[in-house]
Amino acid sequence: MEIQRESMEYDVVIVGAGPAGLSTSIKLKQINPDLNICILEKGSEVGAHILSGNVFETRALDELIPDWREKNAPIKTKVQKEKFLFLGKKSSLSWPTWLLPSVQKNHNNYIISLANLCRWLATQAEDLGVEIFPGFAASKIIYDDDNKVIGVQTGDMGIDKAGNNKDSFEPGLIINAKVTVFSEGCRGHLGKEVISKFNLGSNKSPQQYGIGFKEIWEISEDQHDEGLVMHTAGWPLDNSTYGGSFCYHAEKKQIFIGYVIGLDYQNPYLSPYDEFQRFKTHPAISKILKGGKRISYGARALIEGGLQSLPKMHMPGALLIGCDAGTLNMPKIKGSHTAMKSGMIAAETINEYISKNRPLSEYENKFKKSWVYQELYTARNVKPSFQWSLIPAIIFTGIDQILFRGYLPFTLKHSHADHESLIPANKAKRIHYPKYDGEITFDKTSSVYLTGTNHEADQPVHLKLKDPDLPINYTLNEYDEPAQRYCPAGVYEVDVVDQNNPKFVINAQNCIHCKTCDIKEPSQNITWVTPEGAGGPNYANM
Amino acid sequence: MKILVTVKRVIDYNVQVRVKADNSGVEKENVKMSMNPPDENAVEEALRIKEAGKADEIIILSIGEEKCQETIRTALAMGADRGILIKATDDIEPLAVSKLVSKIVEAEKPGLILMGKQAIDDDSNQTAQMTSALLNWPQATFASKIDIEENTAIVTREIDEGLERVKVNMPFIASCDLRLNEPRYASLPNIMKAKKKPIDIKSAEELGVDIKPRIENIKISEPPTRQKGVMVADVAELVQKLKYEAKVI
Repeated sequence: MEIQRESMEYDVVIVGAGPAGLSTSIKLKQINPDLNICILEKGSEVGAHILSGNVFETRALDELIPDWREKNAPIKTKVQKEKFLFLGKKSSLSWPTWLLPSVQKNHNNYIISLANLCRWLATQAEDLGVEIFPGFAASKIIYDDDNKVIGVQTGDMGIDKAGNNKDSFEPGLIINAKVTVFSEGCRGHLGKEVISKFNLGSNKSPQQYGIGFKEIWEISEDQHDEGLVMHTAGWPLDNSTYGGSFCYHAEKKQIFIGYVIGLDYQNPYLSPYDEFQRFKTHPAISKILKGGKRISYGARALIEGGLQSLPKMHMPGALLIGCDAGTLNMPKIKGSHTAMKSGMIAAETINEYISKNRPLSEYENKFKKSWVYQELYTARNVKPSFQWSLIPAIIFTGIDQILFRGYLPFTLKHSHADHESLIPANKAKRIHYPKYDGEITFDKTSSVYLTGTNHEADQPVHLKLKDPDLPINYTLNEYDEPAQRYCPAGVYEVDVVDQNNPKFVINAQNCIHCKTCDIKEPSQNITWVTPEGAGGPNYANM
Repeated sequence: MKILVTVKRVIDYNVQVRVKADNSGVEKENVKMSMNPPDENAVEEALRIKEAGKADEIIILSIGEEKCQETIRTALAMGADRGILIKATDDIEPLAVSKLVSKIVEAEKPGLILMGKQAIDDDSNQTAQMTSALLNWPQATFASKIDIEENTAIVTREIDEGLERVKVNMPFIASCDLRLNEPRYASLPNIMKAKKKPIDIKSAEELGVDIKPRIENIKISEPPTRQKGVMVADVAELVQKLKYEAKVI
């Protein structure tokens, strides 16, 4: 039987209450208070699925809400000091900050929790009349007969594992809108659909991703240095793996410590989670953490492709903004201000589309004239140079960023998509990671516990396998099933209790919505779809 | 008949609760808050009784800070009719809550009060019982089934030995167990409608109730962490360790 669905009409529906989507809604209401705008957010509340370093550049916010200081935005800790360390196995070498490219200088920036900034932006949006619905995932795109996007459908609630309706069944409803804005963040599942359906990525390099980990620690007073921003490169990664750490000293004796690893790594035995745990045991790092207490953990995929991989951001009836498209500035290690600006440009475009009948493709011109484009243009050659390995990349980056300030007369390309980079397991070197000590390093189970993630147990698995037999029949042999290692939440396991008959197990309840599996699975066999609304992590101050 | 349902705003059950560094309480800043889970069962039961034609109005009462309005809105979005918020600090104790509930009962004269069996934050499990005493009403605690008849109700209670069925006279107060029902989801249109439903805001002073805490909290601390396990080679070693190291036999 066809399900009867209610529908609601809005001028604009925005998918995802992150910095991009919230900025779009605020800017739209500022220019045209009469517009009806709603935001769907799959997290249980705004901020619950937001995870970011974060050293925040206020440029976009200064334009959007110039009096953010008076309005008590949660942006308080100004960066005071910076350090950059090259780590060897036991040694550390401090790189002089004057030799850092200017994009990596942070003296005007702030150490913030992006989740809390989003919570604050949400109250600003609601005060302007934007309707925000947390706990509702946009699960499907609605097209008209001409393939124009005309809205989205929210997920059905109350379906059991086998796909039958439970007593509590509540059908999803259709939200029709003149313009739909996709702002789901990196590798949004609807964004992925429109990029392929409308061929938005044609003539672009394949998108590049990383996986980022973050922990919040409360550390002892004598190790804490409020306002200190520290980055490291080098150990424990080898020179052919792209990545590095961050450590930001926030208020209340807290530090935000984390690690980012490019998902173009080659060794299927590499475990990003364990690289991060191991990193914390370096003498230069463990001395900061000793005697402290870990209070949060989380992980999320992020965009690294930059301008070469940035797809077209408009299509009939809709825009694709922020990191759902990929506006993160990798050498700057910042994406919040660019995501916000991309949303503000979207707002101007949408208003002219609705009230003056101007085409949505105007987005492209406006974007090209903005400072975001300028930033991404000058940043474009840094990440691709790392395919030559660490040392040549650093030399090149010095020339590109310090001498030419990003204006070298050529553009390097990304050669492969991240799922193509793994080498077969029998050609790769096994990596033996040290045991967790329970003080500085922890197992995945206790880490996932800190994310507060939860999914209604009796619902269909939201990690879909195109071919359910492939993990055992092919990926296990060829790559030793890397999902066991790249998933930061222990969702995937190969059960070998019966050695002749191994089973691929998906603990979907553990999922923290990072999207790494959807990106890295070598045969692109895993597709992440939205689980029941409000499922997923419950990050507090990430 | 009116049904009065009480709801409490608590730290969400998925959140790992963390003790504040100064041991004065638990960290609530930017932590996800939601409706106390058994209170959701109480709201759901009230809705089902109303849908069965046995009640005509559902009033949601919450006591606490301003933000408890969000919790009341959740219940209104599920289908309740109106809300009452009594503003109070969140260290309010069960006896004061019971006194406030009694005051609301005097004014609203409901035929049934439904509460969650206990709140997942302080686990007091006292409010329903004390309210029953203050009002001199029958009580049926830990209800996993409620059948309303003419002037009585049959309530199935979850007790240690199994199930107990009691017959109570109306009006009465029931505290609800998680097994009572499966709470519904609030749909988007109903969330929109709930924004327009009235919430009456009162204070403890205007109701003439002294809500000052009677208990002084000296220190809140985390339970001791569990010690690491050890593998033993055989039974003899196990007995040895239990006797001389753990000193439990």
